[in-house]
Amino acid sequence: MRAVKKIVSMFAAVVALSFITFLAFSVLPGDAAEAKLGTNATPEQIEALREEMGLNDNVLVRYGRWIGGVCTGDLGKSERYGRPVSELFSVTLPNTLILAGMAFVIIVVLSFPFGLLYARYPGSIGDRAGVFVNQTFMAIPAFFMGILISVILGLGLNLFVPGAFVSYDEDLSRCAAYLFFPALAVALPKVSMTIRFLRSALLTEKRKEYVRTARSKGLGEWEILRKHLLPNALAATVTFLGVVVSEIVAGSIVIEQVFGVNGLGRLLVNSVANRDYNVVQAIVLYIGIVVIVLNGVIEAFIQKEEE
Amino acid sequence: MKRFLFTVLLLTVAAAALSGCKKGGTKDGKNGGEVVVGITQDLDSLDPHKAVAAGTKEVLYNLFEGLVKSDPSGNLVPAVAESYRISEDGKTYTFVLRSDVTFHNGKKLTAEDVIYSLKRVAGKLETSDPEVQVLAAFSVISDITSAKENDKDTIVVTLQEGNTELIGYFTASIVPCDYTEQKTKPVGTGPFKFVSYTPMSGLVMERNDSYYGKAPSLKKVTFSISESTDAAFLKLQAGEIDIFPYLTADQAAQLKDKYYIEVGEMSLVQGLFLNNKVKPFDQKEVRQAVNYAIDKDEILAILNEGKGKKIGSGVYAGFTAYYNENCVNTYSYDPEKAKQLLKEAGYPDGFTFTCAVPSNYTYHVQTAEVIASQLKKVGITMEIQLIEWASWLSDVYHDHNHQSTIIGLDSQLAPSDILKYYISGSKKNFINYESEEFDRAYNDALATTDPAQKKALYLKAQQCLADDAASVFLQSPSLMVAVRKGLTGYTFYPVYVQDMSAISEQK
Repeated sequence: MRAVKKIVSMFAAVVALSFITFLAFSVLPGDAAEAKLGTNATPEQIEALREEMGLNDNVLVRYGRWIGGVCTGDLGKSERYGRPVSELFSVTLPNTLILAGMAFVIIVVLSFPFGLLYARYPGSIGDRAGVFVNQTFMAIPAFFMGILISVILGLGLNLFVPGAFVSYDEDLSRCAAYLFFPALAVALPKVSMTIRFLRSALLTEKRKEYVRTARSKGLGEWEILRKHLLPNALAATVTFLGVVVSEIVAGSIVIEQVFGVNGLGRLLVNSVANRDYNVVQAIVLYIGIVVIVLNGVIEAFIQKEEE
Repeated sequence: MKRFLFTVLLLTVAAAALSGCKKGGTKDGKNGGEVVVGITQDLDSLDPHKAVAAGTKEVLYNLFEGLVKSDPSGNLVPAVAESYRISEDGKTYTFVLRSDVTFHNGKKLTAEDVIYSLKRVAGKLETSDPEVQVLAAFSVISDITSAKENDKDTIVVTLQEGNTELIGYFTASIVPCDYTEQKTKPVGTGPFKFVSYTPMSGLVMERNDSYYGKAPSLKKVTFSISESTDAAFLKLQAGEIDIFPYLTADQAAQLKDKYYIEVGEMSLVQGLFLNNKVKPFDQKEVRQAVNYAIDKDEILAILNEGKGKKIGSGVYAGFTAYYNENCVNTYSYDPEKAKQLLKEAGYPDGFTFTCAVPSNYTYHVQTAEVIASQLKKVGITMEIQLIEWASWLSDVYHDHNHQSTIIGLDSQLAPSDILKYYISGSKKNFINYESEEFDRAYNDALATTDPAQKKALYLKAQQCLADDAASVFLQSPSLMVAVRKGLTGYTFYPVYVQDMSAISEQK
């Protein structure tokens, strides 16, 4: 019963989100017809195109039409590109997913060893230095990290050519090779957070009674850390990683601009500028569903842990 | 799980290593007549009749042709038509078609295609597509028919009233009449044919081997889209781009020796446009004061390293046939005079106004910053308001709802087109300028068929704009193009195009 309630409220949140986006768009100056016809069109031509695009209808009517289409699996057509939104998604979404996926892998791969190491030797020089480095990285926003990476790793060390992005459908390995760097930019600040989180979760566990028992049984520090502390700290960390994932989705949008990645984020920014309603709606819907579902899953996970 | 993570880590490292060594490979691939051109705007349509942005037209120029086309000095030369003539009263245009033109899809060009294309851009098809950019100038056309002349197909265009300036509009692309996929797979008659297009990424075209004219030397051209000039410049420095047409002055200064720079002039009227109906710009003295307070030489020096041409009225400097060069001297830089005029107008302490600048045009934004600092010296505060392009179109251009704006106006090769923005009461008159004298000169110029008289009237119209200080006409900015050494033939036109058929690789 609770699960049903949860799903209904998640669904309502998605619908509300899409409606608010729709409303916000209708308040903005300019519309798709004007943006498309530019400076040479007469008011009559703009009016005719508006009529054809259905922009003259009431907001509610338009929203109803759009949501009706979505329910039947039709995301509509991009007015800017004259192609179905789903086609634009098939070009851009995989790039964004590769970027987000790589960022997540980098976070996991880097933060667990360091988190364990710092928790094993708390207060050591390494630990204190780590805290300092972590603080610094956490304070750098992803887009600035992106610029730093472009300048240092790209222009300085020539590891990659900033801006020379290759789409996944052209050459998957070159695409992944390029996306490693924006993924790094998204991941690094999150890596620091995850390390810190893991470290404090492990240290909290370490203070508990059972650790002394384990020690008295003659288990080594690493063994205690690996066999007892980590599994116990893992639940909280996984929850934390869930939050991180939704932040990666948001962070990728910004970073795509910095690195010129042909992904959903850049499509979103372009579509807002061109008042391409259907595309913006679809992307907001996608991001909304990812974040809301993720939060739902995390909540369910926490509840299960508590029980 | 552990093994999985390890594999992923390995893969990531391998990927990073790969990206380090891939550069050598792509460079070799570019020889043998392949060129990558960097552009900074996505294409707004692949259908030439629906394309609006100058950034789109300059690309599609290579795929499509009109009955006539512009040569590098602005003369109209035959293209799909082998010759044309205009009747003395300016009421009949006759085009003799070439008989050896085929479309990229293999279909032979017929009179029917030409009539369809012209009717489409004139908005005279029975079922009109609202996305098509209708040429307002074509509204004077009463009939388009075909005929035979010495066994050759000809197209006869009849006008309701005489107009000898219409010929520039016959550069409108000729498309096949029964083809419906223009929007996704464009088909024209140009020297290159379409291969593929990926939104936000780029467009690829290859040589049209059955082109009737001089075949291009390049085999393949890729127009690669970057989201800003900065991003494109990074690619240029890395050798990923061969030709980049939008170099800024500071980029030109740090360009590596792999490239050389071609300098041309934009066919653009860049101005600080003042809304003549809004306080304080409803007073001529105030507009004049602003004109005296702006140092155009400094703008040129800061933004173009002194290149580009100052202008003083609504026609760009490159349009020599109709350009009034006297206007540039109407207001020379004189801050004292500006202060004097402000005092007379009742603003002894200056005033504050806002200037709406479209944020996507870095060049206009930079111009605004220079102007703001110049106006400060005479006590005028200009607040720069950065707005999105869509908002600019809506608020400033269509609704005339602004105090002032900075923009560049481009045009077809017709003086009536570049001056259409100043006709009293016109929807396009976004500065709300009103002058009977200007209107009279403009209308008379349009009506006359005598070239000398036409020129005199257009010069007079420009002088009106200058004398009334309709706005501050700034400059025709310079255009700096980076071209990779080894490539030759980059050509400037008085219209905005990237002619790839002229480029060749030196052996």
